[in-house]
Amino acid sequence: MIEKEKINWIYKKIFTIRFFEERIKKIAKEKKVPGYLHTCIGSEAICVGVMAALNQDDWISSTYRNHGHAIAKGCELNEITSEIYGRKTGICKGRGGSMHISDFSKGMLGSFGIVAAGPAVVLGAALQEKINKSNKTCVSFFGDGAIHNGAFHEAAGLAKLWDIPMIFVCENNGYAEATATDWHLNTKELSDITKAYDMLSYIGDGNNVFEVYDITKKAINEAKQKNTPIFLEFKNYRFSGQYEGDTQLYQPQEEIDKAKQNDPIKLAKENSSKYGLNKNDLEKIINEAKEEVDKAFDFADTQPWPQPEDALEEVYVNYPLEINR
Amino acid sequence: MTIKTVKDAINDALVQSFEEDKNVILMGEDIAGGKGREQYQGTQDAWGGPFGVTQGLYTKFGGERVRDTTIAEAGFFGAAIGAAMTGLRPIVELMYVDFAGVCFDQMMNQAAKVRYMFGGKQKVPMVVRTVVGAGFRAGSEHSQTLYSLYTHIPGLKVVAPYDAYDAKGLLLSSIKDDDPVIFMEHKRLYMTSCEVPDDLKPIPLGKGRIRREGSDVTIIAIQRMNLFAEEAANELEKINISCEIVDPRTYSPLDEELIFQSVKKTGNVIVVDESNPKCSLASEISSLISEKCFSDLKAAVIKITAPHTPVPFSPPMEDFYIPSTKKIIDAVKKLKDV
Repeated sequence: MIEKEKINWIYKKIFTIRFFEERIKKIAKEKKVPGYLHTCIGSEAICVGVMAALNQDDWISSTYRNHGHAIAKGCELNEITSEIYGRKTGICKGRGGSMHISDFSKGMLGSFGIVAAGPAVVLGAALQEKINKSNKTCVSFFGDGAIHNGAFHEAAGLAKLWDIPMIFVCENNGYAEATATDWHLNTKELSDITKAYDMLSYIGDGNNVFEVYDITKKAINEAKQKNTPIFLEFKNYRFSGQYEGDTQLYQPQEEIDKAKQNDPIKLAKENSSKYGLNKNDLEKIINEAKEEVDKAFDFADTQPWPQPEDALEEVYVNYPLEINR
Repeated sequence: MTIKTVKDAINDALVQSFEEDKNVILMGEDIAGGKGREQYQGTQDAWGGPFGVTQGLYTKFGGERVRDTTIAEAGFFGAAIGAAMTGLRPIVELMYVDFAGVCFDQMMNQAAKVRYMFGGKQKVPMVVRTVVGAGFRAGSEHSQTLYSLYTHIPGLKVVAPYDAYDAKGLLLSSIKDDDPVIFMEHKRLYMTSCEVPDDLKPIPLGKGRIRREGSDVTIIAIQRMNLFAEEAANELEKINISCEIVDPRTYSPLDEELIFQSVKKTGNVIVVDESNPKCSLASEISSLISEKCFSDLKAAVIKITAPHTPVPFSPPMEDFYIPSTKKIIDAVKKLKDV
């Protein structure tokens, strides 16, 4: 039984992320913001379901497709939008942009543009937790495309060898950039890859936020109890292109239509009464989410640009000589 | 005063840092050695790294803080970054700098950038200890210096000590530093020794050192090249040429002022760098001098470097590859027209 407060939180977050990403698609089309944009339409349930099982100060790593993770982890919407708009008041002071939305004070170790950079970094945070006998949960998010990258395998091997109770969360969204997952996989199931590391793994429906939550919660307990890393694969569908502006010619219409039947937002709505939300409750949550997202985008538009020389700040904690000589 | 080898000075700095700060940990391949054979006597701490530099740390501080890794540099370098961000002070050993390629992403794109690109909220206080240098008949993949590879990257600091005194003082500083530091140890210097006070204080990064005062020629020498610079200066003294030797010691940050002061004094400059010549520390220092001290120069800056080739194996070829005392003497003589 999930407490009412958490159910409301889950619903609020899942709609917030969808509205947020839809607004991103819109401003991308209008060419309103600079730079690359990667939206996570189709993976909202994974972002929210996993984060529902975490505390605010637990550690996660994300990727360039990070808006959903950042929102679910509790980053301020105004700061996220301001960052995407390149403004001084952005979450990274305008130095990161959409691909690097991350707030360390909210337990985000980083949102990395390099595929499979995150797992090893999270391994390190988890090693620190182990050495300091602390108990924060450590989760690395990455896509199915990262599964072939050496850095993932090196982190997986060390995590198992060192008995590190971290959680690898693979969002299997059907595509690694413009390459279909069923083509690039050498194994039947993606998570079969972890057999080489004798690592426990579970597969879940990434469209069902409550299933994601349930599996993650159990995995965290099991990992800590057995002192072992656990690999979670959540299957979903990437409705978005690799980036905004991607023609998506490689995604057949019938495949998209089929996936729409399992859209995580659609499923969440359908399940709402089962979780004690009546039509009014749901409507209220949806309206609030939409309003907050709209406000955050309007806010970003009013924010000041950084000064050009702000580019020189915070390269180092301490550098005795002038950087810009 | 105690006479110490570079190898022992580094070991001392590690032990001292482990004792002073419980957050200091060490990770690397065979930094202890003998893992998996603990049940046999004499296997523990069998290696202490390929040059024995870390020997004794595992026995003294235990496997939780002194962690032998798999041969997976990307894995444990990434782990060092995450551990550093969350409160530890990890030291990782890159067995030879030539292996930089397999974990360069971790240093270039993560360690160097997380502070900057995530808005200055986190820091990465980690140290990469690595072994550099030719002259060990170790072939093309175990002999490079690659100083400029890391110096090029904003966010990283680069240290390359020559003697035991600097090795200890600069390593103590590097471990206390809040930024990622690449600490380069030259394999041909490990067994060289000098006086190292037992209570040596950390030497700040970004402060170079005048190793020899002189008035006619400035020789800027990088790491092991200080040895040849000193030999050359002794020879040249016999024909009344006075050489000043500048050892920058750290390359990011670089003590530009110390270099410029010496250039202003002598007006003649030779930079000696064991690296390949293109985009090297030698070319960087040379360009800085022509930019900032052009009117003080009596002649163009001379660079003495390795050729633009990989490091060869066979002794006659490898000896030819490495800059030498003779090359420095010849260059100075040419410069002074004697």
